Amino acid sequence: MAGSTPVSLTADPPAGAAATAAPRKQVRFSPTREAWRRFRRHRLAMFSSFVLGVILLAVLVGPLIWRVPINEIDFASKLEGPSWAHPLGTDDLGQDVLARLLYGGRISLAVGLAAMLVACSLGVMIGAIAGMSRGSIDAVLMWLADLFLSLPALPLLLLIIYLFRDSLKGVFGPEGGVFIMVVAVIGGLRWMQVARLVRAQILSIREKEFIEAARALGASPGRQVVRHILPNALGPVIVAGTIDVAAAIIAESTLSFLGLGFPPDIPTWGRVLFDAKDTIDIAPHWALFSGAAIFFTVLTINFIGDGLRDALDPRRVL
Amino acid sequence: MSRQYVIRRILLMIPSIFGISVVLFTVLALAPGDPFAELAANPAIPPEVAASLRAKFGLDDPVWTRYYHWLLAMVQGDWGFSFASRINVETLILQRLPTTLVVIGAAQLLAILVALPVGVLAGTRPYSIFDQIANTLAFVGFSLPTFFTGLLMILVFSVQLDWLPMVYRADIGGTGWSWLWEQIKQSIMPVMVLGLFQGASLVRYVRSAVLDVVRLDYVTTARSKGIGERAVTIRHIVRTALIPVVTLVALQMPVVFGGALVTEQIFRVPGIGSLLISAMLSNDTPVVMAVTFVLSCLVVFFNFIADILYGWLDPRISYR
Repeated sequence: MAGSTPVSLTADPPAGAAATAAPRKQVRFSPTREAWRRFRRHRLAMFSSFVLGVILLAVLVGPLIWRVPINEIDFASKLEGPSWAHPLGTDDLGQDVLARLLYGGRISLAVGLAAMLVACSLGVMIGAIAGMSRGSIDAVLMWLADLFLSLPALPLLLLIIYLFRDSLKGVFGPEGGVFIMVVAVIGGLRWMQVARLVRAQILSIREKEFIEAARALGASPGRQVVRHILPNALGPVIVAGTIDVAAAIIAESTLSFLGLGFPPDIPTWGRVLFDAKDTIDIAPHWALFSGAAIFFTVLTINFIGDGLRDALDPRRVL
Repeated sequence: MSRQYVIRRILLMIPSIFGISVVLFTVLALAPGDPFAELAANPAIPPEVAASLRAKFGLDDPVWTRYYHWLLAMVQGDWGFSFASRINVETLILQRLPTTLVVIGAAQLLAILVALPVGVLAGTRPYSIFDQIANTLAFVGFSLPTFFTGLLMILVFSVQLDWLPMVYRADIGGTGWSWLWEQIKQSIMPVMVLGLFQGASLVRYVRSAVLDVVRLDYVTTARSKGIGERAVTIRHIVRTALIPVVTLVALQMPVVFGGALVTEQIFRVPGIGSLLISAMLSNDTPVVMAVTFVLSCLVVFFNFIADILYGWLDPRISYR
């Protein structure tokens, strides 16, 4: 199957190509090394990986080094600009912005990753069921995907959070409840793209000879999907998943920015921006640093997604 | 375009709207919290009265009966009564809707005006310097969340330069040209924020659509006939490349409404987006439900318009 190009059923050009199929020219490279070679050629993606790595490191290790508490209130030094004591300044309660951004980054990034995982697993599952069953189940599932695609995500997100916030808080506590809800809702409204990708992939791959061979050897549909089809359909899913992380981070910040996400004592990036927006005329640093954190994270993730798209699409000759 | 096609599309909207109403009502029905909780907690109201009120408003009925009543009322235009503003929900929404539609429409127009030339130029010169710059800027554009661009714009144009008003006002004085000028001045920032965000993602779609078309044989034929490059691009390439772009513009509508919600909130534009947020913050459930429903219906409606445009741009569709 090396060098074969499955017919794409989606309109999306980068979709619909067996990711692990190595091109014929370089048979000596393993698929992973080949992808890495292609990824390295995308300079912006390489640079973005570096920047994102720095952000991740700062967020994970930073709070251990920068040991200023996130909730130390000091009215004497409120709304101060950057200084040695507070490299990113202070907020309206005199709390250290750097410490808050480092801590909040963990939650923002965790929400992004977890929501992506929810979206991808839901999408892969629904796409696989639709692709393998065909017939009426397929039609219903795809109609559902279309319906979800035509729902305005943000208003619905807000609606669900508005209706369910208080009861979840009661069960899981304020932090855990909001986290679970935000992740579930963002992930639950973003599975459609992945589902369509996976379904399109399955429809093309399941007609290939190696699947027929597996079927002839008595592999059950589940085994065919998990062992043979999905590994070949992984490329576009990885790309979509990467973009989903960025989208989920934006969605979470938007919720927090509208005052309907995390509570004020959990300084996610969007929440910090929400708190900062009313004093933007006297203390712009506060809003600028939190906004920049969101922007650079999202931008680097999007560039990495672009690089991965180049790297994992064997039809693209680089 | 055949009339049958239009009629079929109109009929296809019905199951979508029905599906959306089911989703919304399911969310509402599953939600904990009781609209009469305050009433029940109020010691001045005897429990019998509260119970009879519950019965009167059908809160103890089974779910499907409640859904049926709700749907019937929505279809008849009786959308309930806003707890917070003390007027009918449909009046409230009709007051707010035009502002939102104007802002969204202007923003989409701006997005298309920016994305079309840039995307076409980038697509006809792939991997040139211009293409790379446009591509990078597009990435920056849709990685900048609308709430951050909005704040940045306020910071630059209102706080630092003091050119534009910080918040949108519905009650501007003055008449004639001065009124129009004030109106434009306060709309610039919301429209820019929304339009540039949309435009950034659109540029990439236009570019890849153009790239797909440029290599086709009929373009080469047009060139070999001696048609000038400009005419080939405008009359032959762009027209075909627009077809997928139209669908993508429609598929982006849910995102546009999300963006409008945020922009309206930042600039205090009195549209239905800010109505939704304020209704949520004041626990005004009838308004929240109605606005979400209206937004969903608008999305379906714009998808319908895209289908119609699609049929008009691509004659092959009409005969399906």
